[in-house]
Amino acid sequence: MSLSRSSRTALRLRCQFASHHQLQLQPRQPRFQQQLAGSRRTVANLTHTHQAAAITRIQSNVDPTSEEFRENERSMAAVMARIETLSQQIQKGGPEKARQKHLQRKKMLPRDRVTALIDPGTTFLELAPMAGHELYPEAEVPAGGIIAGIGVVEGVSCMIVANDSTVKGGTYYPITVKKHLRAQTVAQENKLPCIYLVDSGGANLPHQADVFPDRDHFGRIFYNQARMSAQGIPQISVVMGPCTAGGAYVPAMSDESIIVGEQGHIFLAGPPLVKAATGEEISAEDLGGGKMHSSVSGVTDYLAVDDAHALTLARRSVSNLNWPSATSFSPPASSSTPGPSPTFSEPLFDPEELLGIATTNLRKPMPIREVIARVVDGSHFSEFKRDFGTTLVTGFASIYGHKVGIVANDGILFPSSAQKGAHFIELCAQRAIPLVFLQNISGFMVGSQAEREGIAKHGAKLVTAVACADVPKFTVVVGGSYGAGNYGMCGRAYSPRFLWMWPNARIGVMGGEQLAAVMETVGKKADPELRDRIDRESDATFSSARLWDDGIIPPQHTRKYLGLGLQAALGGRNEVKPGETKFGVFRM
Amino acid sequence: MRSLRTKRLPLRPLPRYVSSTSAGAAPKHTPINSVLIANRGEIAIRINKTAERMGIRATTVYTDVDAASWHSSVGFQSLALGPSNAYLDGDKIIALAKKNGIQALHPGYGFLSENSQFAEKCEREGIVFVGPPATAMADMGHKARSKEIMTAANVPCVPGYHGAEQGEAELLARAKEVTFPVLLKSVRGGGGKGMRIVMAEDEFLTQLKSARAEARASFGEGGEVMLVEKYIVRPRHVEVQVFADKWGNTLALGERDCSVQRRHQKILEESPAPDLDEATRQDLWDKARKAASAVGYVGAGTVEFILDKDTGKFYFMEMNTRLQVEHPVTEMVTGLDLVEWQFRVAAGEKLPLTQAEVEENMRQRGAAIEARIYAENPEKGFLPDSGKLVHAYLPSAFDSDPDVRLDWGFRSGSTISEAYDGMIAKLIVRGETRERAIAKMESVLRAYEIVGVSTNVEFLKRLCQTPAFIEGDVETGFIDKWRDALFQPRHIQGEVFAQAALGVLSLQPQRDSPPHGETLGFGNQASTSERKVAFKVLDGYSDKEGEIVEASVAQVGHHLYNITVSRKGEEAPQVFSNIASEQAAEGEVVKLESFFPGERISSSVIPQSVDNDTKITIFQHGIKTDLSLLPPTWYEKELGLKEVTASVVAPMPCKVLRNEVKEGETVKKGAPLVVIESMKMETVIRSPQDGVIKKLAHKEGDICKAGTVLVAFEEEETAPES
Repeated sequence: MSLSRSSRTALRLRCQFASHHQLQLQPRQPRFQQQLAGSRRTVANLTHTHQAAAITRIQSNVDPTSEEFRENERSMAAVMARIETLSQQIQKGGPEKARQKHLQRKKMLPRDRVTALIDPGTTFLELAPMAGHELYPEAEVPAGGIIAGIGVVEGVSCMIVANDSTVKGGTYYPITVKKHLRAQTVAQENKLPCIYLVDSGGANLPHQADVFPDRDHFGRIFYNQARMSAQGIPQISVVMGPCTAGGAYVPAMSDESIIVGEQGHIFLAGPPLVKAATGEEISAEDLGGGKMHSSVSGVTDYLAVDDAHALTLARRSVSNLNWPSATSFSPPASSSTPGPSPTFSEPLFDPEELLGIATTNLRKPMPIREVIARVVDGSHFSEFKRDFGTTLVTGFASIYGHKVGIVANDGILFPSSAQKGAHFIELCAQRAIPLVFLQNISGFMVGSQAEREGIAKHGAKLVTAVACADVPKFTVVVGGSYGAGNYGMCGRAYSPRFLWMWPNARIGVMGGEQLAAVMETVGKKADPELRDRIDRESDATFSSARLWDDGIIPPQHTRKYLGLGLQAALGGRNEVKPGETKFGVFRM
Repeated sequence: MRSLRTKRLPLRPLPRYVSSTSAGAAPKHTPINSVLIANRGEIAIRINKTAERMGIRATTVYTDVDAASWHSSVGFQSLALGPSNAYLDGDKIIALAKKNGIQALHPGYGFLSENSQFAEKCEREGIVFVGPPATAMADMGHKARSKEIMTAANVPCVPGYHGAEQGEAELLARAKEVTFPVLLKSVRGGGGKGMRIVMAEDEFLTQLKSARAEARASFGEGGEVMLVEKYIVRPRHVEVQVFADKWGNTLALGERDCSVQRRHQKILEESPAPDLDEATRQDLWDKARKAASAVGYVGAGTVEFILDKDTGKFYFMEMNTRLQVEHPVTEMVTGLDLVEWQFRVAAGEKLPLTQAEVEENMRQRGAAIEARIYAENPEKGFLPDSGKLVHAYLPSAFDSDPDVRLDWGFRSGSTISEAYDGMIAKLIVRGETRERAIAKMESVLRAYEIVGVSTNVEFLKRLCQTPAFIEGDVETGFIDKWRDALFQPRHIQGEVFAQAALGVLSLQPQRDSPPHGETLGFGNQASTSERKVAFKVLDGYSDKEGEIVEASVAQVGHHLYNITVSRKGEEAPQVFSNIASEQAAEGEVVKLESFFPGERISSSVIPQSVDNDTKITIFQHGIKTDLSLLPPTWYEKELGLKEVTASVVAPMPCKVLRNEVKEGETVKKGAPLVVIESMKMETVIRSPQDGVIKKLAHKEGDICKAGTVLVAFEEEETAPES
């Protein structure tokens, strides 16, 4: 599948033909002028918009009947099925018994709470649903015991964080803390109002060492709440269950709090601890129930009858945030860049074909323009520096009307590709255009020639550009993410607003085979397990379980994920200003 | 829809050589150029239409409650009358006509249309009354006198007593002479008001009192004068439309059968009458013309007969000296515009057609039927209703159909006031045969959507489906006779709830611009998109009224849904998977197009929010289903709502006529508690339970809103539920 090679040839031929044609015309012109008695002037050619657009329409060379396509489809189907089964299992939440008990208490299951909170017809963009998968030998923690994602509430894109009390009583495992903090980071970076649906037993005590003391542990949650509130990012909490000790600060640190009577409880210490400490005997409801907190202590602002009522109150609170609508197309009045186009067209080519384009064999090249053609509006891609540094594809496109700059791998990074990438990122930063990275990289070129050409400094230019570019960045790992290529292509460490992986994607310093080989060369005793372990640890599910990414996504949904991500990053009170970026020193 | 009279008849009277009975000089010809329409609703609009076509400048009038009505927006000008009863204020109307230099007055039907004093007054004040001479009106308006005249003119009358002796004992004696069963009615009566059937002697006096009270309320002083008549067990109501000019010509424009009635009021009228032999028909026409001539009648009138189904004999009942509600039926079968004829006759013209020509017209035009659309609850004893029409819609496809005519006085946004009669519209259709006309009627009714007040549309559809009606086996007791079939409960299909739920969801603010509303990610799409809507069935025809049905809707793709319908007590829920559905809001209505397995279903869903409740009306497969959204679980506690079980509330806006019980009294279930009046109808509120009356909330004459507590019972001491 040597992609659009032929289409490029075709384009080039067309150009040649056009110039040839003009050359032929020129000598004739005087004759025309003579014939028309000098009344004729030279005129410009009108290029019809559709004709003009031909230079940006990607031509596809995918043949769904080819053996290669079918082979990819087969291997992808297996991977997809595995993740599908896993996802359905995770969506159920805790064990059946815990769920039944939850329902018997007339409480809504956390995913139903999310559904009731968001607007009908809108899609919930869930973050890291695979968090915690096979992470703790002693316990299964579906979704890390906490559901997080972006939902539209009364037209406002909000970060929703919901404890799942059917999973170990909603206690915070280290991964739960990490996911809660990741959700807050997404909220902070994208200026998303936060709604916390609290139903948690607090820190998971056996894991307290990995939950409590460090910078990015439990305390950071409240630090973030305070900082976000200070930045004007609304914090709303709905107490739908226990909220003990440190957890009590979630509602207490919120701008507005709602509590469900005879169900939600907030206290620094529960009745047993109080009795032990002071001898006072008191019921949970009297100690920290909704009625007490809403009428006596003032810790909460609204008292709800049940979950449905509490969520209705939360929706009403959001409607009073005076926050711009998520789906409104008009840019803020002060904006110096145009907003998204209200009209856009779907890609010309079926995104489902990505399942035959993507491959689980990362040694095989993946035609990246075929991927772009199935992600961007109308399959229109204004390619920049097409014929230079050809292993990195750069260019402008739109996704659901939002203009984006695309940086995509089409082979190993050479010095020329790295320079081209840095140049293109500068353009986007200058113009306030968000960047989309499509990662499929085994690394920068190695060897004497590359080193002599200064691959290190050229790679550094790309890394500098990626690190400093002050526009929203989105990364989708569509294949491999290895070595310094991960840095140059905006890996997790470069703070893309979102980072998603395809199910076939792998991440690591290098492939398991190569790593084993290196270890052997440096003289270490060959570990027969090593290669398999590295391979396992490079798998997308391994990454997703540890929150190295924001979720594994079906390749055919890439466009939708990017669309929702762009809406979160550019909607609401977000504003991206042109020329704001200050780059570091580019080593020339 | 058929515009009034498509084939225009020559305006000039045809030369005729019929001898005129009036001996004096030929009537003066004074063309009418302006008219005041002293009426409201559909008839005011209908009269204006003809007036406009004839170039007559029409003025409409309106009372305070009708200020925003449809009829007050038509006509050359519209003048205010004041209080709600002012359509009866003859002096004021005459004063307005004179002040504005209006030449003629059309009274429509009801109100002042059969008030001979008013007609006389008009004549005195120099205003042309579009109707019969006051004398003819007075003769026919007085039931007893009219019978005398008819008997003298050889028109058969029902045996009975029409005398001035109005003592209760005297009337009872007369009733016994006539033999029971007898019919009691007011001499001023009409439209079924102040009318009672007395089956046996022992109930005679109670019925008499009640009839008198109602008649006095409806017709004022003098309404309590009653006449007693033989009651015919299987009667048919057949009436003849007559038309007479000032030159002594009287035509019979065919007959109408109006046997299908409820509460003694017509709901279906048709022409020609079914199951009637030609000899009887001709005899009816002949007697009707004789009756009109006997009183020197001029203009449009209707001679009503009672036809004994058992003997085939017919008797003169009364003559309505006005244009009737059901006149369009005659217009449909004759191709005439009766209002035009009224204006022309009033102007002194001769009738443009002969009896033979009219009959020839009728032979060409098949059958016509009219259905009266009322704001009422047939399934609850035809209890009248009032309120705002949220949605009233007939597809525009019928506009161009000459065989369909909708005369309506109220449209979307109009209010059906409890101060007046509850007729919303009249639907008239024509067909080559009676069967075709009935079938057509049903099909048009299926497309007719009214939401906001309860209507009899569903009932009318059922009437059109009843085999006995289709066969023409009609009598005035038809509805009672076929009650079981007419109110046969129906099962509401799962698809109805599925569509209603989709409609309810789409009523939420829509923010589903892509990529929202599309499938996303791995796993079950329903996990964060499934929402439950719970309905309570309000529909009176449902086999399980009050049933709670839950519909869960999960969005599984762009305009793609999985819907699960579960009914209490039924084990397996009904699941509809991958239903593609498009919803579009059109004003108050949500139109849905959904693709169920093997069937594409179109529905209209109309929500109505009243106080804290939400009612949902859905039209699907030509049937209306009334549902309400079950309130959220937290509603009662949060809003402090408490259902008062031990009380009786007013079912509609009304006036309390009298309380039938006293505080502290013990009553049985079904005992009359309060008599109310609404839409000019008396309704008895009966006890829903055995109990002791704690409080009578309203006294005689109080005006109550719907839902107001009328009677409270002592709370029963019941053991708390375990």
